[in-house]
Amino acid sequence: MFSRCRRSGFFSVLALLWAFWPAAAIAAVNDDLPKRALRICSDPNNLPFSNQKQEGFENKIGNLIAHDLNAEVKYTWWVQRRGFIRNTLKSHQCDVVLGVPSDFAPTLTTTPYYRSSYVFVYRRDSGLNIRSFNDPALHDVRIGVQIVGDDFANTPPAHALTSRKIINNVVGYTVYGDYSQENPPARIIDAVVAGDIDIAIVWGPLAGYFAKRQAVPLAVVPVSPSADRSLPFVFDIAMGVRHGDKRLRRELERVIERRSKEIEAILDDYGVPRIGTRLSSRKGRSEWKSSISSRH
Amino acid sequence: MQKSGRTCSPSFHNRCTDRFLLLIIFPAFLLVLLSGGTVFAQNTGPPVTALQKASDEDGRWLISAKDYANTRFSALDQIKAENVHDLRLSFTFSTGVSRGHEAAPIVADNAMYIVTPYPNILYALDLTRPGGPLKWKYEPKPLSAAQGLACCDVVNRGAVYSNERIFFNTLDGQTVAVDAKTGNEVWKTRIGNINLGESITMAPLVVKNKVLVGNSGGEFGVRGWLTALDANNGHVVWKAYSTGPDKDVLIGPNFKPFYRHDQGQNLGVATWPPEAWKIGGGTVWGFISYDPALNLIYHGTANPGPWNPEQRPGDNKWTAGVFARNPDTGEAHWFYQWSPHDLYDYDGVNENVLLDLPIAGQMRKVLVHPERNGYVYVLDRTTGEVLSATPFVHITTTKGVDLKTGRPIEVHEKTPRFNTVVHDICPTAPGGKDWQPSAYSPKTGWLYIPHQNMCMDEEGIEANYIAGTPYVGANVRMYAGPGGHRGEFTAWDPVAAKAVWKIKEKFPVWSGALATAGDVVFYGTMEGWFKAVNAWTGELLWRFKCGSGIIGQPITYRGPDGKQYVAILSGVGGWSGAIVAAGLDPRDGTGALGFVNAMKDLPEHTTRGGMLYVFALP
Repeated sequence: MFSRCRRSGFFSVLALLWAFWPAAAIAAVNDDLPKRALRICSDPNNLPFSNQKQEGFENKIGNLIAHDLNAEVKYTWWVQRRGFIRNTLKSHQCDVVLGVPSDFAPTLTTTPYYRSSYVFVYRRDSGLNIRSFNDPALHDVRIGVQIVGDDFANTPPAHALTSRKIINNVVGYTVYGDYSQENPPARIIDAVVAGDIDIAIVWGPLAGYFAKRQAVPLAVVPVSPSADRSLPFVFDIAMGVRHGDKRLRRELERVIERRSKEIEAILDDYGVPRIGTRLSSRKGRSEWKSSISSRH
Repeated sequence: MQKSGRTCSPSFHNRCTDRFLLLIIFPAFLLVLLSGGTVFAQNTGPPVTALQKASDEDGRWLISAKDYANTRFSALDQIKAENVHDLRLSFTFSTGVSRGHEAAPIVADNAMYIVTPYPNILYALDLTRPGGPLKWKYEPKPLSAAQGLACCDVVNRGAVYSNERIFFNTLDGQTVAVDAKTGNEVWKTRIGNINLGESITMAPLVVKNKVLVGNSGGEFGVRGWLTALDANNGHVVWKAYSTGPDKDVLIGPNFKPFYRHDQGQNLGVATWPPEAWKIGGGTVWGFISYDPALNLIYHGTANPGPWNPEQRPGDNKWTAGVFARNPDTGEAHWFYQWSPHDLYDYDGVNENVLLDLPIAGQMRKVLVHPERNGYVYVLDRTTGEVLSATPFVHITTTKGVDLKTGRPIEVHEKTPRFNTVVHDICPTAPGGKDWQPSAYSPKTGWLYIPHQNMCMDEEGIEANYIAGTPYVGANVRMYAGPGGHRGEFTAWDPVAAKAVWKIKEKFPVWSGALATAGDVVFYGTMEGWFKAVNAWTGELLWRFKCGSGIIGQPITYRGPDGKQYVAILSGVGGWSGAIVAAGLDPRDGTGALGFVNAMKDLPEHTTRGGMLYVFALP
């Protein structure tokens, strides 16, 4: 949690000092004080989101927030698997998770700061032009999806294919992958490039980032429909704090508002496909200018 | 699937204690009364055969399950129904670890050996000195990443003693041999790849100088296996997968399954969509049994995963079943599938108790298995034929087992489908009974089964997020089954295929059972009561309140002073106790895969903390 040091009172005192003391003395006082810590719970090996070298877009956004709050980033690294929230955020090891779905119950979420979609990814030289789950071509190509776990937990594309009886031409890649490799969830994109599968259906940020870095040109196309009855393919992504930590949420929401242009620039830089651009937020809800960005 | 817990701290059991006691005692008393008729009709058990008999009872406890047959029966009889009320605390030992303690203490060479949950410390206590002081400790220092990478909880189900060595497994996938006298490491072999989500929680078994170990982690899409390591040096002798081509499963010319649907080539591939078997689950994390006369080991395989059932049409062999294998080569002799194409996460890894019983007037070599799907199975262990399959809990998911085909008769309305509300699914994912092992007394001829009484609803879907990826899952809620209590302790007659008596418990009975020649049966509750009941009637004879809830395996042994002792590890956790051990939020009922909903009140009854309790008569 951000160290609670009655900041407003403290800053009023500083302001008074500023008014009456020589500037040099103020600077000395400031240097002696430890900066507040922005304690982020993060996966050490999962680009484009984050890694220990702080190369992910969530790392960049974390730096941006810290800069805005005049704070210093402190990471708690933990593999983002089952128990991640419990062992990090809920154990008070850190105070914010920079990416969670906006209706993610285990945390208190901010207004969302981007909206992305599951996407189709295929080689441009494949001759494919698949844009919808209802495209009959999906019955005839080798499709890769990411598999999450049992008990009916799975990525929405896996469910969507099953409901269309597309089963025997589907290859599963565990979303966890082999953690000894870099960015294990990215293996499914490698498989498209290598031709092991014809098409992958994966979460947009992963696809956008890794598609940009391949020697082979890849098409990244948001899936349609954007929802399959009650099954969503588009998710609003927010920041998550501990339940009850409304103060930090409020602070983060203000930063999201103040720094929206810079956040957009970071997301662009990482090739995160977005559904609409965020216009503003009112009463905890973001408003989006609807437009579909895709690179085909 | 399996799941975690902590150390013994003093209980803060103060509120509502009287009412709470009544809740336990009264139903037990009532049940005993109701079942009295049956009890007296069954005064003599079947004859004790060589396999079960502990005639050479040496007072040691070398294997978690006591013997190769997995009876958990001790021939020691100093402590008996008539004097057990005098049982007193002899000594305690704090493990310093506070996750779920599921292990059985091991006793050999006047020492007791305890392996803790992660970080898997092995302690040796000196039983020749007052208070059982620490003799040595061995710390394998498993990778701390194992906590985040392992699928479920960080439990460990115990060690095994053989030839002056202690063998046990670490959460991060290693098997270790330690010199029992000195605590020095003899060898350490990494057999599980934690980076793939493989972990190891099971208690190994040593058969013919081979250490048998299987993996956990089906949730991560690992492929299940059982392997044999040379006890001398830790080298892998053979490895048998639970899915894939016959050569990987070690299926050869000697494989003769009883039922037609288990016969055929490469069914570990053919009963899956293409390649789905590669991440098909079928992990091997239960107790292993062994019949030296037949030279066969028996082990279960866990549920298929991580695909949803609709994504893996077919029987999904060889998951959710039991293998008979040759321990020398690993070669499969037969297989039987408890739950073909499992729909409910019914791991097939529960214990297989090897008994010789008169079935239909004829002595048969059988395997008795209280299964997650809610039936007690009696199989011919030479062939894999089902002789009987009888419900021991309330079942709505199936209507019985067809003895001609060996297949359960499914109830289609209870089939979970994505985004479809299905109510009243019984038993739940942890099953009628999970890993917690039962005990068999050759004196009564009954199996003592610790188990759950729970049902679940699948209600719509909820958004979730993992490894940077949003996904959706079923919203599962578990709750008490008929009667409103969540646990039971049942004495089961495997010959008559019926319950003899039942004790109702507030929470799932997640501890193992122990049967003794003194006609006393022991088990523990998640509130922390360690109980001794009359083997014939279920009458509560004695109890002791441990500091933390009990999910361990009780054992008994003869100390160097010639006295009989009873030992249990307390320390709540595991899948059922994760709400306490892992501090899950009771407001999120879907935590621990829906188990939290059923355990919301557990934190009012116990706190975490691992502690050994050892008892003896004055």
